[in-house]
Amino acid sequence: MSAAKTASRAARRPAKRQGLGLLWIPLIGCLLFLYIPIATVVVLSFNSGRSALNLKGFSLRWYPELFSDADLGHALVNTLLVATGAMVFSTVLGTMLAVGLVRYRRSTALDTMAMAPAILPDLVLAIGLLSFFTWVGFTLGLTTVMIAHAAFGTAFVVAVVRARLVQLDGSLEEASQDLGAGWFTTFWRVTLPSIAPAVLAGALLSFTLSLDEFVIAFFTNGPNSPTLPIEIYSRVRFGITPEINALATILLLVSIIAVVAGALALRRTDKTDD
Amino acid sequence: MTEALLQVRGVRAEYGDVKALRGVDLDVADNEFFALLGPSGCGKSTLLRSLAGFEDPSDGTVTLVGEDLLAQPAHRRPVNMMFQSYALFPHLSVEKNIGYGPARAGLSKKETAERVAEVISTVGLDGLARRRPSQLSGGQRQRVALARAVVNRPRLLLLDEPLSALDRNVRAQMQLELKRLQHEVGIAFLVVTHDQEEALSMADRVAVMNEGLVQQIATPQELYRNPVNRFVAEFIGRSNVFEGTASPDGLVLPGHAGVLPGNGEGGYLVVRPEDVVLGEPGTDRLAKAPTLAGRVLETQFSGGSTAIAVAIDGVPTASGQPVLVTQQGFTTVRRGDDVTVSWTADNGRIVA
Amino acid sequence: MSRAPATGARSRRAAGAFFLGPGLIFTIVFVVVPVLLVLSYTVFDRGRFGGIQYTFNLDNFSRAFEPTFRKVLVSSLGIAAAATVIALAIGYPVAYAIAKLPERWRSLVLVLVVIPFWTNFLIRTYAWMVLLNTQGVLNDVLVKLGLVDERLDLLYTKGAVIVGLVYVYLPLMILPIYASVARLDNELPEASADLGASKFTTFRRVTLPLSLPGVITGCIFVFVPSLGNFVVPELLGGGKTVMVGNLVRDQFLKARDWPFGATLALIMVVLLVALFVIQSLVSRRYAVDSRR
Repeated sequence: MSAAKTASRAARRPAKRQGLGLLWIPLIGCLLFLYIPIATVVVLSFNSGRSALNLKGFSLRWYPELFSDADLGHALVNTLLVATGAMVFSTVLGTMLAVGLVRYRRSTALDTMAMAPAILPDLVLAIGLLSFFTWVGFTLGLTTVMIAHAAFGTAFVVAVVRARLVQLDGSLEEASQDLGAGWFTTFWRVTLPSIAPAVLAGALLSFTLSLDEFVIAFFTNGPNSPTLPIEIYSRVRFGITPEINALATILLLVSIIAVVAGALALRRTDKTDD
Repeated sequence: MTEALLQVRGVRAEYGDVKALRGVDLDVADNEFFALLGPSGCGKSTLLRSLAGFEDPSDGTVTLVGEDLLAQPAHRRPVNMMFQSYALFPHLSVEKNIGYGPARAGLSKKETAERVAEVISTVGLDGLARRRPSQLSGGQRQRVALARAVVNRPRLLLLDEPLSALDRNVRAQMQLELKRLQHEVGIAFLVVTHDQEEALSMADRVAVMNEGLVQQIATPQELYRNPVNRFVAEFIGRSNVFEGTASPDGLVLPGHAGVLPGNGEGGYLVVRPEDVVLGEPGTDRLAKAPTLAGRVLETQFSGGSTAIAVAIDGVPTASGQPVLVTQQGFTTVRRGDDVTVSWTADNGRIVA
Repeated sequence: MSRAPATGARSRRAAGAFFLGPGLIFTIVFVVVPVLLVLSYTVFDRGRFGGIQYTFNLDNFSRAFEPTFRKVLVSSLGIAAAATVIALAIGYPVAYAIAKLPERWRSLVLVLVVIPFWTNFLIRTYAWMVLLNTQGVLNDVLVKLGLVDERLDLLYTKGAVIVGLVYVYLPLMILPIYASVARLDNELPEASADLGASKFTTFRRVTLPLSLPGVITGCIFVFVPSLGNFVVPELLGGGKTVMVGNLVRDQFLKARDWPFGATLALIMVVLLVALFVIQSLVSRRYAVDSRR
């Protein structure tokens, strides 16, 4: 048995039943800290009164108002468009880049360049892209946001695909070549199927990051087509409203569904790997 | 004599400071079972991968059926390889794995299917065509790897340590299997291995390599009987080696009168354990008759024969190990007994 | 003996170009060039009607260190540092606790920690606007419990900004520390105990040093975004608490003095690079793979 396996077996052996003891306090405290603010907003979204702060009674009145808000609807559509476009570009470019970096040219310089968007603060990237688009004469709008998010997302796709690619047995690709497949056929028929889960994970990651991304979008967007985060920001700046409470609740729900679905999917792939 | 199928001339491979191959020459005949044998680091894997096309030698030529092999990229060479880890495509079934090569070569679906079916029977995988590699045993996976390589009817099949991943009992069985398969498909096999017993039992001819150079190419019997230097003598089978200077009568040991019986040129005398004769003490030492006096250190019975370790007074072997004697069946000597050892000059080979 | 023509190598180069080309070109054009471009603005001036006047000078730098701006820079560092320290104080015990939980509970708690993280951070910041509001729930509770006599102005203070930053980035502190602690071989604390160390000493001399890489990663994950953040200071700090991020954003979008904004951003980047260097030096010293 390899040393790593023995060590991880040891690590997974349950330690003597030492309870958490005092550690329960920070744990519960932290969970409360994380959830009380959001919970407050959720509860208040069902307020029958007009106040965003003081609960009068239970009502769902703010939700229909939310759904009939045209501006929010447009912003949502914009966000989905940008996220989809960014996802497609970043996944394709990122996957190819990962393959190139792992199989063809190992270089720390190239690695750093590929991962740069993930390391730099988003503010720096944002002002950089704003300057660049202005200098080049590109009109700011959804396209520029999509390009910006694609550039940003590529780094994450590279990270995810790369991690999987490095684990792959290099002799599979050699075998494919030995059997008569050139480099592209080998990539298409052997490499890609083997990294497919990682590519998918990268695509989802890129999509989600784009959906939520505010700072870069804020700087690179034009005035006429806000994305959802930008729209939320504009409204929130002017104070709290019950409508925003409702929006916050919906977004929280989406997040819960996404995380739980992701966790379940992860557990299933873990099982099939064995 | 027909020209050799594969001709390797002067192949060198250097990676920075490391010289993996330092001028290798060898020939492999058509339909031959050829083994490349050597310790790890000797360059055998580098040579194999160079033939397959996964490494570029820095010098030398390789021709296959008269054509320059090195000029072609890996995927176009009429050479196929069976990988040590088998490298089966996990996302494809057995028949799709085997059919991969024919599909790349452009064969029609019908012809591919025919060929695949044929090869599946040849290697004994009937009924497993639809399975995935993860659903097969080690031995079955190896057959798939082999089938996948031979279905393309290459002129030369390269096998990288084909038996190292198998359990002991399966190994002996697979050795016979491989030989049978080689005869049946009629393709030249080039096997790389570090296990000399494996090479000697399977191959028609063996090339022993060490430190980037071919030491000797011969049939297993010839390698055993007439090793050309100390390395080959010690690598193949067990042997007793003494260091000294050659003389017409045998080997002269430094600081000793008398001569160890032997024939040949070089600085080392090699005697196989089964050629060493044990005798009663009392016979004279080196000075007069060609015997050495010593004491039995240990005896080890292993089924058909007994190995006896004898410490010789005052005459060290080149490796410092005791002299090894093997006898058929049982032996009468016991630990601590005083004995003499001797051998005939014909059995003492003096090599470089 | 002729040298073999390297047709294998030629096709490899073509393949390499195919895979690396598009991604690298895209990254160079849309990441490297923009960042270099904006950082180059630091040595130029603002043009008369917006835009850039390309006369080389270092005025921006001297201006950046004038008292008003210097104060903001220092205050930003302070706020980001405070947020990091608080996040660490909360995050380490929590991460440790999660690592000690039985397997079944672990995934559940991790999911609970991650859910807020995947909720839009504007919404999460907004939640504090709701909570801390003078007319809001927290004040209600404080007054009702008699802890205070009259409602507190919790919002639009430095404290609110710090709390907001901690809230937004806490999961990023917890996860790396958890990963680090969870990977520790169980036998190490056992060996320590066997050799006579008390629980506390074991923690101090074995667990803590070995979890240090995770701690450092967590601190970076909190400090870096906190420093450059402008949303939290704006929403929770009002106009009163200004951080570097706000300054940069104002220079770019309001005052249209891009060169000066770029200068402030550059200073921020330099500070971060210095931090990274320190981090890699420290982690190299403690780089022990506890999974022998």
